[in-house]
Formats: sequence, C-alpha cells, structure tokens
Amino acid sequence: MALDKVQIAQRIAKELQDGFYVNLGIGIPTLVANYIPEGIDVVLQSENGLLGMGPFPYEGEEDADLINAGKQTITTLPGSAIFDSAMSFGMIRAGKVHLTVLGAMEVADNGDIANWKIPKKLVKGMGGAMDLVASAKNIIVAMQHTNPKGESKLLSNCTLPLTGVGCVKKVVTDLGVFDINEHGFYCIEIAPGVTADEIKAKTAGRLVIADDVKKMVV
Amino acid sequence: MGLNKVVKNAEEAIHDIKSGVTIMLGGFGLCGIPENCINALAATDLNGLTCISNNAGVDNFGLGLLLKKHQIKKMIASYVGENAEFERQLLSGEMEVELIPQGTLATRCLAAGYGMPAIFTPAGYGTECAEGKEVREFNGKQYLMEYAFDADYAIVKAWKGDTQGNLIFKDTARNFNPLMAMAGKITIAEVEELVPVGELDPNFIHTPGIYVHRIFQGTNYEKRIEQRTVRKRN
Repeated sequence: MALDKVQIAQRIAKELQDGFYVNLGIGIPTLVANYIPEGIDVVLQSENGLLGMGPFPYEGEEDADLINAGKQTITTLPGSAIFDSAMSFGMIRAGKVHLTVLGAMEVADNGDIANWKIPKKLVKGMGGAMDLVASAKNIIVAMQHTNPKGESKLLSNCTLPLTGVGCVKKVVTDLGVFDINEHGFYCIEIAPGVTADEIKAKTAGRLVIADDVKKMVV
Repeated sequence: MGLNKVVKNAEEAIHDIKSGVTIMLGGFGLCGIPENCINALAATDLNGLTCISNNAGVDNFGLGLLLKKHQIKKMIASYVGENAEFERQLLSGEMEVELIPQGTLATRCLAAGYGMPAIFTPAGYGTECAEGKEVREFNGKQYLMEYAFDADYAIVKAWKGDTQGNLIFKDTARNFNPLMAMAGKITIAEVEELVPVGELDPNFIHTPGIYVHRIFQGTNYEKRIEQRTVRKRN
C-alpha cells in the first residue's frame, strides 16, 4: 500500500532534529507539525513573520492579526518572536532556518523543482517558495509520486517553469524516500507493499535503488 | 505644527493621489491591510494604478475591490491564489502582472527605505524571474540584482500610532507594513488607535515617524479572516 498524506508527513517528521528551526510549506508539509518526535525542541517559522508557531486557537479565540503563511488562524507559544517580512526572508537567506519542507508539482533528478506555475492555467505566484529553495541548506519535498494522470513527477528535466535549480536534497513520496545525489533519485526506503519495480515504472528521471534499501517503517 | 501629521480620515489622506501613480499597500493576505484607504480608493474614479502588494485581496474585499472596478493597470505581487477575478484579468491580458518572490518584494521595500538602490538575492536565479536581470557571483553562488522600489505612495496599517507618525504593529499584521512605510515618497498610515505624542514607549516603536507623512485613526475595521482554523477544547 502506498502511503497516505499523513504517513508521508509522519516519515518526514523523522528528519527533524533537536534544536531545528523549520519552515513548513502548505499542504502535506503543514501536517508534519503534528508529528514532531517526543523529547525534541523544534521551532516552526512562518514566513509572514513568526518564529514559534503554535497550534490553532480554541474556538472563539481566533485573532485576524495572527495567521500563518497559509492564512490560517494560529497562536504563539512561550518564546515566540514576531518580525517583518524582510527579516523573515533575511533569516531564510542567511541560512538560519535548518530545514524547509515543501510540496512540488515536479522535481528533477538534479534537484531542480517546479511548484509555482502552470502556463496558461494556474496562476498563483511563487509566494516565498523561490526565496526558500534558493537559500535553505536542507530542502525536503513532500509529494505524490505521480500526478492525477498517473504521470511521474520525478523527472530528468522539469517541464513546468522552475522555482529553483539544483536545490532539493530529498523527496518523500507515497512510494518511498529518495535522496538526490550524483545517481539522481537514490531510493533509500520503499513504502510497505510497494515494489522496486513499481517505483522504477513510475519514475521518469534517473533512478538508483540503493543496495541496502530499507522497507519504510510507518 | 509641522510635525503634526494627523489627517481627518482616509478620504483626506488620499486626496491628492492621481490616476497612473504607483502605490504600495501593506498586508499579508487580508491580515494588516489598510482597509479604510482601500475602501476610499475604491470609491474614487482613479485608474491606471500600479499596485505593489504581497497579495491582491479576495474577490470582494481588500484590493479585490479595486480590481473589480478595473482601477489597477499593473499589479506587482508574490501570491494571488485567492482571487478568481485577478486570475481572470491576468489570463485575459486586461491587467499587467509582475509576480516576484516574496522575499525579493520585502527586500526591495527595505532597500528603498534604507537608501540603497539595489540588492542581490539568490531567489529566482535560474527561473523565469531572472530574465533580463544582471547576475553576479559571490562566493561561488549566483545572485540576481533587484532594484529598490520607487513608489509614489505607501499606504500601511498599524495597531497604534502617535500624531508624529510613530507606529507600532500587532502580531503578524506587521508583515510588509513597516517595510512599505519606509519605502513610499509619501507614506500614509491608518491606525486602530491614534494617541498623543509621548504615549508610546520609544523603545517599542517599529516605524519611526520620520517615514510617515499622514496618519489617521481608522474606523469600522472588518479584519476579515481568510482561513478560520480552530481546535476544540477537550
């Protein structure tokens, strides 16, 4: 069985380390916040100007002045800090944020990513994605392995307009975990019930299954 | 007195804005947008405006009101996903749109307010955002040169302000507001609470009044929430 969205988020949460400052994008990445491992301190950055993003407010306590980058009402935590948008991207550009998790429409086997525009169709804008991918030291992409038409989203070259070049370090999909290195997509874990042959069939970019590939624990 | 920057209301604050000028507007989504001034602009016949704002409002609120009346000729923004009319005008070519990375947008405001003509940022290198832009390499990494904004007006929303234009923002309604406040040739601030000089602690001023030209206490803030998300009490 391929992973569902929650299981993808749970797998990515295992990448979090004690003391990390982390930026989580919209969609599956947001779910990662629900599975921060016990016993470690992680500070969530919201690029509209908040470090120390807390949970959603209780009913009746929501405040229009306190939202996250997905425009959801949120709360602060003890130790939170608020700042303007220039400082927010300043700390991102300066490499202070340890890990960025975001979704993608396509990822190439050299680490290129496309996630902001479908020409003549979807026009949303890049938001902070271009700033994040250009500067973050460690970028993990969370996404489905194939698009709704069943076509691979792991490619040799992105076909959509790029968000950033050579920046993605790891991809976690419903089928497995892939480091991006000199091999291209280097499969280090396979989801339970998924076969290496299925991954090969659904990966269009260069793919190597690691000799010591593991079955993912979910 | 020369340092009293108080005007009566939004109508007076925007009275000299002409068609065709460039206006920056603070806010992230609908959070911290200058509602009073946007409503006042929407009540005028101004058109041909270039608006610089992170987002373009929603269909019937915020900058969406100006869009609906075709008052905006060009929009410079980073993310416009919540506005169907915006998307329609963009795809039909009725409105010119320049989408730029959010950090680039913020830092081009910062540069204007700091008197710096340009900045270098890695955001957008290797993408269509880099087309026609100067690329410079520093320490083995590629950067795009981006110019400081040159805006006729900046319109911002603050929580508290005094009669000399010192501003304090609240929570994430800060976002682009202090940056744009620094960047306008003429900066208009609307505040939820206008107080006499001396009432705000100088240690906690976010925007010094030197950057602000007009200030007024706004009324009837709607503060609409785009994504109301809550949890239940146990």
